[in-house]
Amino acid sequence: MTDLPASKVDLKSVLSRPARVDNSEGMSYLQSTPRRLVTVYLPLSIILIILLFPFYWMGLTAVKPDEQLLDMETYSPFWTWSPTFKHFHKLLFESYYPHWLWNTMYVAVGSTLLSIIASVLAAYAIVRLRYKGANLVGGLIFLAYLVPPSILFIPLATVVFQYGLFDSPLALILTYPTILIPFSTWLLMGYFKTIPFELEECALIDGASRWQILIRIVLPLSVPGLISAFIFCFTLCWNEFIYALTFLQSTQNKTVPVAIVNEFVDGDVYHWGSLMAGALAGSLPLVILYAFFVEHYVSAMTGAVKE
Amino acid sequence: MADLVLAPRRARREIREATTWDQLKHNRNWLGFWFMLPAMGFLILFLAYPLGLGVWLSFTDTKIGQPGEFIDIGNYQWLWDDDVFWLSVFNTMLYTVVASAIKFAVGLYLALLLNENLPFKAMLRALVLIPFIVPTVLSAIAFWWIFDAQFSIISWSLKHLGLITHNINFLGDTTWARICVIFANIWRGVPFVAITLLAGLQTVQPSLYEAATLDGASSWQRFRYITYPLLTPIIAVVMTFSVLFTFTDFQLIWAMTRGGPVNATQLMATLSYQRAIIGGQLGEGAAISTAMIPFLLAAIMISWFGLQRRKWQQGENND
Repeated sequence: MTDLPASKVDLKSVLSRPARVDNSEGMSYLQSTPRRLVTVYLPLSIILIILLFPFYWMGLTAVKPDEQLLDMETYSPFWTWSPTFKHFHKLLFESYYPHWLWNTMYVAVGSTLLSIIASVLAAYAIVRLRYKGANLVGGLIFLAYLVPPSILFIPLATVVFQYGLFDSPLALILTYPTILIPFSTWLLMGYFKTIPFELEECALIDGASRWQILIRIVLPLSVPGLISAFIFCFTLCWNEFIYALTFLQSTQNKTVPVAIVNEFVDGDVYHWGSLMAGALAGSLPLVILYAFFVEHYVSAMTGAVKE
Repeated sequence: MADLVLAPRRARREIREATTWDQLKHNRNWLGFWFMLPAMGFLILFLAYPLGLGVWLSFTDTKIGQPGEFIDIGNYQWLWDDDVFWLSVFNTMLYTVVASAIKFAVGLYLALLLNENLPFKAMLRALVLIPFIVPTVLSAIAFWWIFDAQFSIISWSLKHLGLITHNINFLGDTTWARICVIFANIWRGVPFVAITLLAGLQTVQPSLYEAATLDGASSWQRFRYITYPLLTPIIAVVMTFSVLFTFTDFQLIWAMTRGGPVNATQLMATLSYQRAIIGGQLGEGAAISTAMIPFLLAAIMISWFGLQRRKWQQGENND
């Protein structure tokens, strides 16, 4: 940037339009509207429709009466004039669904809290205490993020069995942090680095202990980072499948993803309405959480990659 | 200061030990240890130890409910002669390469589209991410229904358009099943790639494009010589994650096809689940899992080189 010839920079400032807050406008004024319609709006709409269609289909199926589901000739498959909440009713009052939702929530909140406590301490130690080997430990934690659950579930199953945790939600609460800690530690490390070190120095000189500094200064300043970490961990927990499938056995102990795949199919009979209602209801908590904290979510995802 | 330098060695040490700053420095490693303890506890107990245990199990004939004995490389020899294992390796490679390549292409394209000056920009970006937020298994169930053999909406639409006469057996035919699971994987992965690359695109200075346009660069040239080089590091990281998670994917396949039909969509992860947990052959399943490690190491190496290149590009030295 700095080695641009001065003349060009001048030219640029002459050409640039009145002060813009947003860079994304870029040079779009050079393109005509019909052209943008074809090169931007059309492909964007196609991609959006493909990305969102399954959810439309899920929602529609969940409220369609059974006879319309399987009769595609007399009724238009793309719409229904007689929506029913029968499937949701069946889900909530005639199945273990509330149990499964509760299990998923319990496991997700439990392991998220455990992971965040552990990650806050670890990230603070790596960034600020700079103890011997801090960089090495930071690198190892990053490596841990790259170890996928699908190569760990077999030995973990034997470990869980040995500790007597098999078929207990506690098994999930204790094993999920291995997926969550690496990610949230890296996220929080980036966040802690942005807090001015001088604040901590002042507190140290005033005689505060490291613990007091962490609780009274660092944590209040990093609330947005903590929210990002919380949302991301919670989403990962809610989404996790292979550990839940392997470590849980009894029907009422299952989490939503595992239960739905296994419990709504009687042999070859698929209860499509209930399946879709279950999938929709299971996604809803995450979508609501996400809708409230989109900005945090996006910054968490991209921030961790940029870090 | 001068006094301090001239003072005898022993005295100087005593002075140093007395200051609070030195005490803090002295305690720092211990403090670090206590702060690291919870995180390291979890990672050692439930990650490092099982990782080692998994490698050990792969050299034993452990079965569920029966401790195994060391059988050297018996499991691997057995897998070497197992056609289903090699089919799963082939499927995993096919799945990873095709899905990652398309995810990259579509994700980059979507990122460039979203980087345009659009109305409702924030809402569009939020909508795009939804497939990534919704639990994979739950969206896999939606695909189950969309790809149903009898009541697929795709077959219905194509029939009414007069393009086909019979329903397509999406998840029952080997070729179609492969296409369907790869499609579902791409569908789920594109938002992540797109939003991350978009974040990278927004760090590119618009003045670079303006300068290039004044010099007469075409839009392809602007992409090739400005966007692409500046985006390379973030592409390297995103694609490593993407490849890594596609390679070890389990839940999408398990929810959609369970490896069928006739093992056409059997990945190494699903095969190891099938052999170890359903079949009870823990040792053999562990061997299949362990066989995935070299591939993962290769992906991590690529990521590492990507990061090095990024540092070099930004003119940073170490750290």
